[in-house]
Amino acid sequence: MTAIVSLVVALLLLWLALWTVVARDAFVAVAGFVVYGLLLSLVWVRLAGIDVALTEAAIGGGLTGALLLGAVGRLRGTEAAAWSERSGACTRAFAVLLSVSVATVLALCVLTLPEPPPTLAPQAAENLAATGVGNPITGVLLAFRALDTLLEAVVLVIALIGVWSLAPDRFWGGRPGPRYGADPDGILTYLARVLPPIGIVVGLYLFWAGADHPGGKFQSATILAAMWMLVQMAGLSDAPRIDSRWLRAGIVVGPLVFVAVGVLGAWQAGAFLGYPDGWAKPMIVVIELALLPTLVLVLALLLNGAPARSADSPPAPGETSLSARSTRPMPAGGTRQ
Amino acid sequence: MELWTSTHGGALLAPAVLLPFVGMLLGLLLGGRQVQRVAFVFMPLGLALAVGITVAWLREGQTLVYLLGGWAPPLGIALRADGPAVAMLLAVAGVVCGIGIYARADFGTPLGVKESRAAFSYWLLLMAVWGALNLVFVSGDLFTLYVALELLTFAGVPLVCLAGSGETLRAALRYMLFALCGSVLYLLGAVLLYGGYGTLDIPLLADAVQPEPIARTALALMTAGLLAKTALFPLHIWLPPAHGGAPAAASAVLSALVIKGSWFLVVRLWFDVMPGVVTLPSAQLLGVLGAMAIVIGSVVALRQERLKLLVAYSTMAQIGYLFLMFPLAFDATGNTLMHGAALTGGLLQAVSHATAKAAMFMAAGLIYAALGHDRIADLAGVARALPVTVLAFVLAGIALMGVVPSGAYLAKKLLLDAADGSGQWWWTIVLQGGAVFTAGYVVLVLVNVLRRRSAALILVKRVSRRSEFAALVLAVGSLLLALAALGPLPGHLVSNPLAHKELATTVLVLMGGALLALGLSRAPLLAVARSAAGANEGRLRHAAVAIGTAFEHADRLVRRWPFASIALLTLAAAFGGLLLVGAPK
Repeated sequence: MTAIVSLVVALLLLWLALWTVVARDAFVAVAGFVVYGLLLSLVWVRLAGIDVALTEAAIGGGLTGALLLGAVGRLRGTEAAAWSERSGACTRAFAVLLSVSVATVLALCVLTLPEPPPTLAPQAAENLAATGVGNPITGVLLAFRALDTLLEAVVLVIALIGVWSLAPDRFWGGRPGPRYGADPDGILTYLARVLPPIGIVVGLYLFWAGADHPGGKFQSATILAAMWMLVQMAGLSDAPRIDSRWLRAGIVVGPLVFVAVGVLGAWQAGAFLGYPDGWAKPMIVVIELALLPTLVLVLALLLNGAPARSADSPPAPGETSLSARSTRPMPAGGTRQ
Repeated sequence: MELWTSTHGGALLAPAVLLPFVGMLLGLLLGGRQVQRVAFVFMPLGLALAVGITVAWLREGQTLVYLLGGWAPPLGIALRADGPAVAMLLAVAGVVCGIGIYARADFGTPLGVKESRAAFSYWLLLMAVWGALNLVFVSGDLFTLYVALELLTFAGVPLVCLAGSGETLRAALRYMLFALCGSVLYLLGAVLLYGGYGTLDIPLLADAVQPEPIARTALALMTAGLLAKTALFPLHIWLPPAHGGAPAAASAVLSALVIKGSWFLVVRLWFDVMPGVVTLPSAQLLGVLGAMAIVIGSVVALRQERLKLLVAYSTMAQIGYLFLMFPLAFDATGNTLMHGAALTGGLLQAVSHATAKAAMFMAAGLIYAALGHDRIADLAGVARALPVTVLAFVLAGIALMGVVPSGAYLAKKLLLDAADGSGQWWWTIVLQGGAVFTAGYVVLVLVNVLRRRSAALILVKRVSRRSEFAALVLAVGSLLLALAALGPLPGHLVSNPLAHKELATTVLVLMGGALLALGLSRAPLLAVARSAAGANEGRLRHAAVAIGTAFEHADRLVRRWPFASIALLTLAAAFGGLLLVGAPK
């Protein structure tokens, strides 16, 4: 029975992937991609990779999907022009042939992987006790390979700087995106009042549970960022000014605390990013707590985009959130020459 | 040699990686004018660290190792600094400081503004590029190296479009999309290797890897991906618009530093991770691509009308130079890539290119700032107006040509010796020809800036003295690099620059370059000489121009999306195939 389910899911995945690639309309392709991400997270559940499944659903399906939808809205006007630049049938046929052959070689390689696969999982499990956490993924991310996690947080901050750098000069220090204003009695405003308390509790639970069970700061941060975006889109609060002091502090606190704890480790445990005996778990919790605001802010601000209006722009009356997102002309780079 | 326990000097490695990032974060926090101040506090600190690492490496006489968190690989991550890493760390630190001093004039926060977009982004991204490169050099783990690639790409892309015009935005997007294709291929390879061997630690992997399908596929995919990020011909789709369109201080970072990151990773993979998987035909392919980059990049550079684009295309050609060492380092008896003279030559080439190319872009930027344009045909009188800048440009060019005692000279010498030693005479031609091409565009610029101007030259802006000297120092540094490199290398490699043989080579190279410039340049180089020389030379010039135009068309065709993306996968397939040819059974 489960074999049949697996087979159906696998075929569906392939079909969705193909659909996403060949779809003529960008919106349709993104829709396919989001569904593909959600289905993929089901596959990860099936493979008992709950942490990966949660991340895939939150980042791969949710966050990336939202970013892509925003991009589609801005690209609507150029789609016809892009379509006319399509290469000839021969080029496309050759590209397909090439991609299929590379994919085939990859598939063959995967089939020749040694059995049982060499893995570090037993070693990670063996050493997990020293870290004080129960979830081996958290152990890998914050003890054995802590440097990677620290630097991934830095990558996010750099990406944010890159997005901000696309702003027109006159709006530097201003607020990103359009100012949303929704009907105060409408469904969106209602949801923006009801959902966030629940979302915050779920988000914080995922964060706390991440030490010993699947979950963690990344998944939690996505949910919290989504709640913030919801409140913004309902017009209940505005996007922050990018030069605000608290915002900047919130963005850098995660990596800076991470480095500080690392230095403490060098002093107390004899190795940078090491943990003194018995102190591993509290220090990991401190790092995760500090990373949470960084991740929430950066993820939400990446969705917000580059500053596109000065700090004290009034709300645009009658502009509803959804139409504002999809029909507004590109505020970041395209209108600026 | 023990590679899995921390050494004494290894303690400096983590700070070298993290210090620039901490500077970036502090700059972001403090904002405004403080961003630049923070950068200027962290630049000397980073340079001191790089010097400290060099001293520690020389004193310990072995690879510096640091185990992060005290966890030994394969579970944990080790940072390692071997000779190549130390050399690159030091060079990058020096170039970053030089570029920083240069950029003060361009990226200061204007008076009366609390914080400006370009200055804020530039200084933070400069720090980020530095940290990412340091990580590329010292990381001993293939996944950490992937993170380093990501850091480098995301720090490099916004630098392209700091000027904010639609054209640079398009160039930046092009760069990002193509570089991300490269990242994906690298990651695919890393995943395959972990699946096959259960570790990502470089020395452990090097012990475990066998010449078998998994390793070959991984190497082919990763190499193709990294070549896309390095913009080796024919994957240079993004390079000319990106490097030619960015502000000069950013172009210098991109051209001198950022592309060296992915190049260094190719070196790591081929020399340290899978030297035994490499076959001679695959190494030859890398060299052939390099040779093609040299020829096409140089010819198209000579056809440019704008100085910055000329420098951008010359970068494309110099990237080609960096890949000539791969076939020369192949040891046919052991069927493996060997650390040795060829690798040393390649590294020297990279360091001298980093310093000289930064100086060239800086000089081009100064000329642009002073004149308000950089049309090569219109540069008459610049030598008189901006003597220091022109001197920096020419010295950088001479250094790249490989005149004694520049780093490129020593590099060329080492590579020529390797070519002789392995009987691969055809690379000798490429190596000498490359120098002639370089001489070509130096002569082209030199003739134009030295030309007397009938009307007075109007300077739209006074350029900063400090910026001019920063460019000059880097150019002189590149020119004297061979002397610095002599510490670890035998002394007989550097000969007297005034000896007959050296002088003759220099003069020959310069004359060849002058002929090339004469034939290929878009504007006739010497109007008087041409009319006097008669019809015969006119016909030669026609032929040369026809060749130049053909190369330009080829370049334009190669830089279109369909071609570039197909070339990316084709190269992956070609490397995969060639790794099978001549492999030990």
